[in-house]
Amino acid sequence: MGELKPYSQGILRLDLNELTGKLIVLEGTDGVGRSTQISLIRLWLESNGMAVLDTAMTDSQLTGAGLKEAKEGHTLGPATMTLFYATDFVDRLENVVIPALKAGFVVLTDRYIYSLIARAAVRGMDTEWLEGIFSIALKPDLSIYLKTDLETLIPRVLHSTGFDYWESGMDLHLGDSLFDSFCEYQKRLIDRLDTIAAQNKFAIVDASKGIEEVFEDIKVHLKKLLEEKPTSS
Amino acid sequence: MKTYGEHRYPGRLFVVEGIDGSGKSTQLSLLQQWLMQSGYSALMSNWNSSPLVKATTKAAKEKQMFTPTTFSLLHATDFADRVEREIIPPLQAGSIVLCDRYIYTAFARDAARGCDPVWLRNLYKFAVKPTVAFYFKVPLEIAVQRILGGRGQLKFYEAGMDLGLSQDIRESFIRFQEIILKEYEKMISEFDFVVIDATQPIHKQQAIVRAEIQKRLEHAKKAKVRRWVNLSPTVKGFFDSI
Repeated sequence: MGELKPYSQGILRLDLNELTGKLIVLEGTDGVGRSTQISLIRLWLESNGMAVLDTAMTDSQLTGAGLKEAKEGHTLGPATMTLFYATDFVDRLENVVIPALKAGFVVLTDRYIYSLIARAAVRGMDTEWLEGIFSIALKPDLSIYLKTDLETLIPRVLHSTGFDYWESGMDLHLGDSLFDSFCEYQKRLIDRLDTIAAQNKFAIVDASKGIEEVFEDIKVHLKKLLEEKPTSS
Repeated sequence: MKTYGEHRYPGRLFVVEGIDGSGKSTQLSLLQQWLMQSGYSALMSNWNSSPLVKATTKAAKEKQMFTPTTFSLLHATDFADRVEREIIPPLQAGSIVLCDRYIYTAFARDAARGCDPVWLRNLYKFAVKPTVAFYFKVPLEIAVQRILGGRGQLKFYEAGMDLGLSQDIRESFIRFQEIILKEYEKMISEFDFVVIDATQPIHKQQAIVRAEIQKRLEHAKKAKVRRWVNLSPTVKGFFDSI
C-alpha cells in the first residue's frame, strides 16, 4: 500500500476549482487527544479570521442511528462494517464537507478515510478494495497525525471512556480479556496508521507531550499551510 | 479477504437478474421448489433485505436523503451483510443459495445513476462469484406492461425519480428501466450470463433453467430438510390469477 491516489473519483459533477476552502484532517487513534486539539485549532483559526466548520467523520444523518444500533448487536461482519462506515463517511462528505468547502470554510475533520482504512485493514479487508472505495474522498490540504504509542495510550483511555468493545477489537478475538485484546488491537492499528501517515506525507506530531506543546507543534503546520496558499476571498 | 472468483465452497450459488417485470422472481421460486423436492437444501436471499440495514434504508428513502453514491454504498452494505451471514455460511455447509438479484443489479442501477462502473466493480469485489447467473431478457414494453398494469403506486427511487428524467412518475419509471436494460445488455458477455428469453411461457423458461442447473449439480450435497418450503407470494399470486 503506497500513497493513496487518485482522490475525488466518482462524486458526480464536482468541480474541484469550486472548492475554495481548505480541508484539514486530524488523525490518530482513540484517546490520543484529537478533540482537545480540534477545539484549540478551531479557536486559533477563528482568531485569525477564518470561518471554521468542525466535523467528526461518523454519525451522519443518514446512517448515524442505524450504525449505532448495528454495533450494539455484535453481529456486524467486517465487510458490512466497512461499508456501513463508508456510507456514513460519504454522506458527511457530500452533505457537509463539500458544501462548506464551496463556501470557503476551513473544514476541520476529526478523523478521515485513513482511520476507516486502518480499522478495516486490521480486520483483514483487502487494501486495494479499500483504496478503491475511498478513492472518492477529497485529498486533504493538510493531514495532521497525532502519533502515540500503546504505553501512553492505556492510562488515557482508562481515565476517559474505558475499554470499549469495538475499539478493543473484541470482534477479532485477539486476547483472553478486554485489556489483552485492546493492547493487541491498538498496536496493530497504530502500526497501520504509522505506515499510512508516512506514505501520505502527514504532518506528524508527537502526541505524548502535553496539550500546549502538542498544539505548538500543530501551529507550525497550520501557519505553513496558510502561508502556502492564502485562502481566496 | 477473498475477492470475486477466489471463493471455493462445496455449495452452489445461482442468481437471477433482469429488469422489474421480467418474471425472474417467479422462476426462482419454482426453482427452489424443485430443488427442495429433489432433496437439496436451497436457501433464498433477496436483494436489499438485510435486517441490519433495513431501518436506515427505509428512513433515507422516505426522506429522500440519498445521493447516487450513498444509495450505492448503503445497498453494498446491505449486500455485504447478506454475504457474510446468508450466503457464505450456507455455501460452506454445502447448501444451494438462490439470489433474487445480485451485484449486477447494483452495476446496472448505480451506473444508471451515474456512478463510475470501475468504482462499482471494485466496490463489490468481496462478492462470491455465482455458479450461474441467469439473465431474464424481456423487451421493455412487456416488462412495463406487467408492472404498471397490475400494481398500485410506484415508489420514488424505484421509478428513478432522483435522476430527474421526468416529472411524471410512470414516464420516469419507463425511462429508468430503459437505461437499466441497456446496462444489463452490456454485462451479458462481461459476466457470462445465461440468457433466458423471458417472453416464453413460464413452464418453458423453467425447463431451460432446470436443465442448466442440473448440469451444475454433480456431487452437490443432498440434505434432509424437515420443513416444507412455501410458495412465495409472487408465485402464489400467479397461480391464484390463472
